[in-house]
Amino acid sequence: MDFAQVVQYLISGLTVGSIYALLAIGFVTIYNTTGILNFAQGEFAMIGAMSCISFIGWGFPMYAAIPSAILVTSFVGLFLERTLIKRARRSTPVHMVVITIGLSILLKGIGMIIWGTYPKSLSPIIHAAPIEIFGAVMTSQSLFIFIVLIMLLILLYLFFDKTYLGSALRASETNPRAANLMGINTQSMSALSFSLAAALGAISGIIIAPMTDATYEMGLMIGLKGFVAMVIGGMNNISGAVMGGLLLGVLEAFSNGFLSSTYSDAISFSVLLLVLFLRPMGLFGKTSGARV
Amino acid sequence: MDPLLEVSGLTKRFGGVTAVDDVSFQVGKGEIVAVIGPNGAGKTTLFNMISCFIPPTSGHVNYKGERLTGKKIYEMAHLGISRTFQNLQIFKNMTVLENAMMGAHIKLKTNVLAAGFRFPVVKRDEEEAYRHAVAALESVGLKHLMDEKAGRLSYGLQKQLEFARAIIYDPEFVLLDEPMAGLNDAETRKMSECIVNYKEKGGSFLFVEHKVATVMEIADRIVVIDFGHKIAEGKPQDIQRDERVIKAYLGEEAI
Amino acid sequence: MSKLEAKLYGPRWKPFIGFIALILALPFFVHAPHIFTILILIGIYSITTVGLNLLAGYAGQVSLGHAAFFAIGAYVSGMATTKSAISPWAALLLAMAITFAVAWLIGIPILKLKGHFLALATLGFNIIVYILISGLTDYTGGALGLNNIPALSLFGLDLSDPLHFYYVIWALAALVILFSTNIVRSPIGRLLRSIHDSEIATETLGVNAAKYKVYIFALSASFASLSGSMYAHFIHFIAPPTVNTSFSILLLIMVMVGGSHSIWGAPLGTAIIMFLQEVIRNVSHSYLKISGPVEIVVYGFVIVLVMMFLPQGTISLFSRLDAAFPRIRNKTLKQETGG
Repeated sequence: MDFAQVVQYLISGLTVGSIYALLAIGFVTIYNTTGILNFAQGEFAMIGAMSCISFIGWGFPMYAAIPSAILVTSFVGLFLERTLIKRARRSTPVHMVVITIGLSILLKGIGMIIWGTYPKSLSPIIHAAPIEIFGAVMTSQSLFIFIVLIMLLILLYLFFDKTYLGSALRASETNPRAANLMGINTQSMSALSFSLAAALGAISGIIIAPMTDATYEMGLMIGLKGFVAMVIGGMNNISGAVMGGLLLGVLEAFSNGFLSSTYSDAISFSVLLLVLFLRPMGLFGKTSGARV
Repeated sequence: MDPLLEVSGLTKRFGGVTAVDDVSFQVGKGEIVAVIGPNGAGKTTLFNMISCFIPPTSGHVNYKGERLTGKKIYEMAHLGISRTFQNLQIFKNMTVLENAMMGAHIKLKTNVLAAGFRFPVVKRDEEEAYRHAVAALESVGLKHLMDEKAGRLSYGLQKQLEFARAIIYDPEFVLLDEPMAGLNDAETRKMSECIVNYKEKGGSFLFVEHKVATVMEIADRIVVIDFGHKIAEGKPQDIQRDERVIKAYLGEEAI
Repeated sequence: MSKLEAKLYGPRWKPFIGFIALILALPFFVHAPHIFTILILIGIYSITTVGLNLLAGYAGQVSLGHAAFFAIGAYVSGMATTKSAISPWAALLLAMAITFAVAWLIGIPILKLKGHFLALATLGFNIIVYILISGLTDYTGGALGLNNIPALSLFGLDLSDPLHFYYVIWALAALVILFSTNIVRSPIGRLLRSIHDSEIATETLGVNAAKYKVYIFALSASFASLSGSMYAHFIHFIAPPTVNTSFSILLLIMVMVGGSHSIWGAPLGTAIIMFLQEVIRNVSHSYLKISGPVEIVVYGFVIVLVMMFLPQGTISLFSRLDAAFPRIRNKTLKQETGG
């Protein structure tokens, strides 16, 4: 085994893993504030990527297109929460699973009508020469993704820790009833968490689009990966979700490289099942309890 | 006489906190024993260990000389031990009658295949479950509500239904987790009545309760715990006079 | 039917007679071959959705992996009849037995999970099975699938004739419905619903809930296997895309849209979703000239609306209709069985 090759797999694994991590953070945020596992999370990535491509097509410069796309997507998240999720909050988990699946199908369909069935591509967001590390190559895109992830983590940390809104959101995550008694409106927290998760989904869609083409049906698989990342990492904290995402990305890169690409998803999902069976609180989760 | 239930040295530690520390007591046949104690004394943890919901760190519980600790929850009913829940666990989407019929399930012989092929055993079982259920609903005065959805009953009636469901298959021993919690005075009296009635039919009880006045009325013996320790055990009138109890518990109430 | 049974579960034969009459009558009215094919597919899928309804609707255990069991049925039947000389009916039974065993084994750990996690784990299982089928090219034909799966015959009746197949598949579906209705109208059905409401309370009443969950999971999986086998013999072809996760999702949607509180919800939901797809596809392709699976928009919308405003599914419209006509039956029964 070649050392440079290992580093190469590691880099590509961490790159993809960062994207999974972003999706997983979105899942964790929604799950903890509302108790809902949003099967439509991947569709936010699709909307983010597709609308970004559209904005660029209309002549927007990159630095305007990206924020606009994120804004559009988080507005979609907010809209869905206000119109549908809010009304459905008393539903049973089975109903909620089917409702969010229905939503994801609906969004996929709307995406198809707006953007058609042909794959679209987004040119790399930054152009710079690749860097060489231990004989492996890190593209500027990979580097960019790492920087985005790290910056977002810092921003999220500041948001959750230093702003009133963030602490309110966190409070309703830990104990919704107590938060409610403290005068925090858990209803608007639910709306906030949906738009935040949608924004994170949009960012992951925008950064994944230059690597694989964007299509109206890209949401399902990448949404599932984010979901898996969250479960592997443990769902009650953001750092667990990030670790889960990175781990899943690396696992995929190595099984792709050393075994075969056919079976790489099978390995990821086998790991998922093993984690669910053996450590249902996730590898980095603190306590179980509500999980099983 | 041999005790029915024997709690020996039950201890539970969560991390560094000792929630229950070396608690031992016994319940004899036909007795009503109550466990009381101030909030956070470890009553619920103790109860959950006795009912096999959580494993103890050390110590064990025996029932009729057989080791209870380590049994599966569903095995308890087969030994003749029933229980109710503090936070009510009735089947809300089923009718009162169906809830009660589930209480008699343990007496039935239908399996999945017999049900699918509609063997005669199904009809026999249904009639048997129905008979038991109606009798039990009658005894707690819920028979006229048997076609209602259980979730639509008032809280007090739901608690009564849960009690009825627990005694339908004639268990010898019943564990009650705060049976009076959330009940008004009339409902509390009704519940005490049900408990005493079942005792007269030969049932034994262990229950955890907050309402000290009711406990004094119906319990034969009382175990008091505070900070995880057993601080007193005895007849209600003795407990009322016990200095440690007054200090830890009744004193607090008196103020 | 005893009075007690009627009191507990309502009429037994009334819906069944209506159902049989409808099945017998349809071939006289439906002549367009592609509509007739849809009727047959509804029959095939109903066998799966009825089983899934026992699991998800009654016992409250969501599975997003039933396409995998459908796949095992289809592939075992396909492989056995194209690569060996095993009789198709024997292969079908063998497939059901294999599926039952696989589902039992996977069910033991998987059904310890609840709600969303159970959904995710079964989805993961589906993905693994899908990848294995695509990858084991030597046995399954890989992405190309298995071709030339022979038609069935039953006591000399040639089932390559769609009309014959129609009657046989709906007879099978009727048997599965009857079997499932019997389960639901028994102490076992009550037990499944009680697991749905409170698993912990069910256990304290002396029921090994885990065992029953696994049992129903395996039973519903073998129903899925049966319909998979029938599908393979009807279409004569099976390939991985047929059994991917979106099919699992579709099956669950059929159950929920139909109604999860009645066995009849499953065939109803299956029919609604199949016709909905067909109608929208027709309209969008022939009239609106839109390419691609446009039906999913309407279809996603219908799912969300039904789940929110008719959480008991479309079958609940029937019981509302029923309730609109006051019945004396219930009152008299109360007096008769009450003592």
